[in-house]
Amino acid sequence: MSAFHSTKPGFDFSNANRNAFLEGKGVKMPKATSTGTTIVGCLFKDGIVLGADTRATAGEIVADKNCEKIHYISESIRCCGAGTAADTEFITALISSNIELHALSTGRKPRVVTAMTMLKQRLFQHQGHIGAALVLGGVDATGAHLFTVAPHGSTDKLPYVTMGSGSLAAMAVFESGWRPNLERAEALQLVVAAISAGIFNDLGSGSNVDACVITATETEMLRNYVMPNVRVEKERKYGFRRGTTAWTREKVRDLIVSEEIRPIAVIAGGEEMDTS
Amino acid sequence: MSIMEHNGGSVIAMAGKDCVAIASDLRLGAGAMTVAMNFEKIFPVSDRIYLGLTGLATDITTLRDRFRYLVNMFTIKESRTIEPSTFAHLVSSTLYSRRFGPYFTEPVIAGLERTPSGGLKPYIAGADLIGCLNFAEDFIVAGTASDKLFGVAEGLWEPNLGPEDLFETISQTLLNSVDRDAYSGWGAIVYVITPEKVITRTLKGRMD
Repeated sequence: MSAFHSTKPGFDFSNANRNAFLEGKGVKMPKATSTGTTIVGCLFKDGIVLGADTRATAGEIVADKNCEKIHYISESIRCCGAGTAADTEFITALISSNIELHALSTGRKPRVVTAMTMLKQRLFQHQGHIGAALVLGGVDATGAHLFTVAPHGSTDKLPYVTMGSGSLAAMAVFESGWRPNLERAEALQLVVAAISAGIFNDLGSGSNVDACVITATETEMLRNYVMPNVRVEKERKYGFRRGTTAWTREKVRDLIVSEEIRPIAVIAGGEEMDTS
Repeated sequence: MSIMEHNGGSVIAMAGKDCVAIASDLRLGAGAMTVAMNFEKIFPVSDRIYLGLTGLATDITTLRDRFRYLVNMFTIKESRTIEPSTFAHLVSSTLYSRRFGPYFTEPVIAGLERTPSGGLKPYIAGADLIGCLNFAEDFIVAGTASDKLFGVAEGLWEPNLGPEDLFETISQTLLNSVDRDAYSGWGAIVYVITPEKVITRTLKGRMD
């Protein structure tokens, strides 16, 4: 591993001085991709349903129209991410890895509280600089659990939760529609309605609905469960006639290694080569 | 002005039928002043992978060398060539390790990925400056003309383009986008990667 990356663990700050100098000169620092998002989770009779939209934004530009925001933690624990896209991606990957090692060393199935504690401790250590707002849900030996984890490390344990820029729209749906001991189909329908509220009313959210149903016996990842914003097929072709683009120089590199086998010619009348 | 606009430049990658294309402009600027018209931003990583880097030129050069070193180390240790998806994660984790002091660059990766059945399938990916990967089935854009490239590519790209048609589509998308961006342009270069060959063409573009 050391050959690929620096041997020191943690972040590399070697560019920080240069970047601070540039910032001091009045240069504007660029913004990272963020997922202005709608993510939700709710408890039902047999477990948890998680939901997410699939839009990633960079300022006012839609950077990705179908990204995945429900991240794998363990077989029966999943985590939805909102905020700085890279942070949600990497912190869930890191905690997923540590949870797997923890499960291996204890010989038990991992618990949701363990994942939640690992996430909150890491986020608190970084004092909110890791911009990840998470909805963590799963089923373990102690039952079904649902948490939110804020970027500074505070957590909530509630029966229904929403996060991201579309959280208000989604919470409005939950507040009017959630009740204890929902059936699986009802809970899934409610989550779809909550995410749809975010997709259609919040500019930071859009495209499709991803869902994930976790019960004690199985985890069902429903990628693109509802696709209410499919692009209509173009009615015309917009291809160009070949030769439209003027170019000045061409280089072709052949990737096929071709070899020709030529048998050694037997000299007429002579002796054959000794191949014994 | 943002540091990402200081040197200018743009890159685009598109997926076609059993082929991918990646193209960039050739400008190197210092603010509004053009310094060079032969600054290439696309580098070969392996026979079938190309990496495009936009943003601050000093970081483009640094990262190009760094990825060359990392890929060489991978090749030696693993005794095999790196796959595009593996390389994309190498780029991602390298950039994220500098989460709190980033390189000012947005990479674009284009290549042909080996499938379990032994075939080759198009692979394109992009990342932001701290390594958040973006996998797309159609196209990836980056650089000072990215807003325009998004719009033009959304209109012109269509699925299942062959190498020659993909060349025309990516070239026209790039050329017309950089003509509406003051910080990109001054010629362009296009790479079309197919299972048999890599075609490199230098385009005629506006020099103003």
